[in-house]
Amino acid sequence: MTPKLINRLLLAPAGVWFTTMLVLPLIVVLVFSFGERGQSGGYVPAFTFDHYLNLPARWKAFQNTLTLAPIGTVIVLLIAYPLAYYLALIVSPKWRTLLLILVIVPFWTSILIRSYAWIFILGGRGIPAVLDMLGLEGIRLINTPFAVLVGIVYGYLPLMVFPIFVSLERLDKRLLEASADLGSPPWRSFLQITLPMSLPGVATGCMLVFILLMGEFLIPAMLGGGKVFFVGNALVDLFLQSRNWPFGAAVAVALVVVMLITVTIYMRVIKHWGNGRDDVSLM
Amino acid sequence: MRIYSLAVYLFLYIPIGIIALFSFSAGRNASEFTGFSVKWYGAALSNPFVIDALKTSFSVALSSAILAAVFGTMAALALQGMSGRIKVAFDALIYIAVMIPGIVIGISTLIAIVTVFGWLNPVLTAIWPGGGPAPQLSMGLGTLIAAHSLFNMALVIIIVRARISGMDRSFTEASADLYATPFGTFRQITLPLILPGILAGFLLSFTFSFDDFIIAFFVAGSNTTLPIYVFSSIRRGVTPEINAIGTMVLALSLILLVTAQAFLQRGRKT
Repeated sequence: MTPKLINRLLLAPAGVWFTTMLVLPLIVVLVFSFGERGQSGGYVPAFTFDHYLNLPARWKAFQNTLTLAPIGTVIVLLIAYPLAYYLALIVSPKWRTLLLILVIVPFWTSILIRSYAWIFILGGRGIPAVLDMLGLEGIRLINTPFAVLVGIVYGYLPLMVFPIFVSLERLDKRLLEASADLGSPPWRSFLQITLPMSLPGVATGCMLVFILLMGEFLIPAMLGGGKVFFVGNALVDLFLQSRNWPFGAAVAVALVVVMLITVTIYMRVIKHWGNGRDDVSLM
Repeated sequence: MRIYSLAVYLFLYIPIGIIALFSFSAGRNASEFTGFSVKWYGAALSNPFVIDALKTSFSVALSSAILAAVFGTMAALALQGMSGRIKVAFDALIYIAVMIPGIVIGISTLIAIVTVFGWLNPVLTAIWPGGGPAPQLSMGLGTLIAAHSLFNMALVIIIVRARISGMDRSFTEASADLYATPFGTFRQITLPLILPGILAGFLLSFTFSFDDFIIAFFVAGSNTTLPIYVFSSIRRGVTPEINAIGTMVLALSLILLVTAQAFLQRGRKT
């Protein structure tokens, strides 16, 4: 057996898997999105753009997703950056690994259970009950955009901290010393050295969080209570409740297309910025 | 800075802590703490629906993690020595598998499987020899394991490839110079070096599969996994039993994660 043949054989099972469980389903979704709905749900072969033209019927879901996902990403970034800065540049190395693991652990534990915790806290007997005692009556927190944003920050914070931490940790600390020696105040060193050097990490973190948020279902389902819904919730509804598969397929294709477009634009912008800052990154 | 970080850690851990705390409450009411008790753990573990869901989740997670670890490692080894079109295509597929939202994977797998089984079942009936009704393909554990293995395989390939590229080439070269067979080199040099990566990939795969709700929601057929059970119970209201199940699930994930982390750390040192 030649090495080439061995390689092909080693690759074969994964190749079959990716073809049948990823490529085939994505093609089927694309085909379905141009088809027609059967009498009792399901699919009848056809070629029509009706479902795409009908997308505005689910505009609200796209609108919610495209406003709450960017807002959520920015809030996550603002909360994560100082923590990543602290972990990379301030805390003693002795504690660094442990503190870092403590940030990552929640990300790998069930998001279902973690969102459930917030139903508990934001629900009628949680914070609103405490506010009640303080005289602020009738405040509703659960099933509001605020609750969904809290869930988003809670769920995605670890994913943002990690890439920013990595880019800050790589920063050559002698640059900061040199800057201080030359009489630059700390805030100036931060704006001119630390912040630009950490931008790749910020970009990676924002993209990861944003992409995952676009396809989010659980957090709005648990904390938005049907009032604040994302495209993911519309999809579940279309597939399992109204059983309109071709329309659901069109919504799914539209979601992926919107994701691809935003990510492409984002990458372009980042690249553009990066080029403008060559002088800084070469320092 | 320090106080700020402490506040963020509190934000991350207080909700988990509250669930764990209330799981030990004796009262019927989920959000009032009335005396210490482990009775809700007993209630959860003697609920046949919970046990059933737990068994389903465990066997799906174990099977898909094993499949992913074996086939993913094989693919990572093959891709290391490859270039050209197949490698480019594979890299793209791994990227897509990780990036496409779980919900899109879930629904596309659902409609693809329903469609393909819809074609295959009449064929099975037609070619089935002898008496008795022909077996029919349907959604179930098999389809769920296959769907979870996809994401997990991508995960294992990424982790193992990172280990392979961090590996010192001179070991394998020395082994070949000393007339070891390619398989001998693999068994005695490569495998021990990448094993921590494989084990970490296996444990992360298990955790992903065990915690996944959205793909299972579409692909599990009539089977109920633990996250599906928890989700539908929450819809019916918050109960102390859910707190107990949640605490157990969190504890299990925590143990698996710490083990995976230990493997990755040890791998880095050697």
